Amino acid sequence: MSPRPYIRASSTTGWWLAQPRYVRYMAREVSCVFIGAYTAVVVVGLLRLAEGAAAWVDFVNALQTPASVAFHALALGFALYHTATWFNVTPKAMPMQLGEVQVPGGVIIGAHYAGWAMVSALLLFLVGA
Amino acid sequence: MARSHKPIVWSLFAAGGTFSAFVTPAMILVTGLALTLGLLPAEALAHERMLAVVQNPIGKGFVFLTVFLPAWHAAHRLRITAHDFGIRADGAVASVCYGLAMLATVTTAVALLRF
Repeated sequence: MSPRPYIRASSTTGWWLAQPRYVRYMAREVSCVFIGAYTAVVVVGLLRLAEGAAAWVDFVNALQTPASVAFHALALGFALYHTATWFNVTPKAMPMQLGEVQVPGGVIIGAHYAGWAMVSALLLFLVGA
Repeated sequence: MARSHKPIVWSLFAAGGTFSAFVTPAMILVTGLALTLGLLPAEALAHERMLAVVQNPIGKGFVFLTVFLPAWHAAHRLRITAHDFGIRADGAVASVCYGLAMLATVTTAVALLRF
């Protein structure tokens, strides 16, 4: 053993509380818990739908309980944060070049937001009775 | 060279992250909040309407992607995030995360094929 053993200065579990940008990083990472949980809600919904009309009505009613609404509101917040953080790194994740010109990052990010607005509007339009 | 499933897991993470970014917020709004907020009439999620969606090939494909891609994205990110929270049992964490994603994928595929 060395005379002066290395002592880790930061905690392995709470290190991310030390700086706001670490907290933002963790918020981005934790968004996956809500996105994963939401896929579970969809799977349960599919199984209820297969059981018939009465089971489906029960499921839709359960979706409107305060606990469910609170979960979905929180999940929506994290999902939006995921969308923003995902789009904001697209110029680094997939840089684009047109001929000799490097496409500016803002254009790539903006195109993603525009596509997102269209996809969301289309989905809401299709569901709207 | 040693074989690795990293490319498969990574491509599912990237595809799932992109799909989630575009689709998941609107889906959460539609299925989880729209009725309560009065943004949609109750008939929007009526049984026969939803049945029509999962019986249509395009609808089936969309619902499958809505579970499959975000589930694998979330599984991979959760595995990495567990390490960030100080959990060092990566083998067990990976088995649970990918196992749940596989369960969601298979359950969805089987349910959709039966409609």
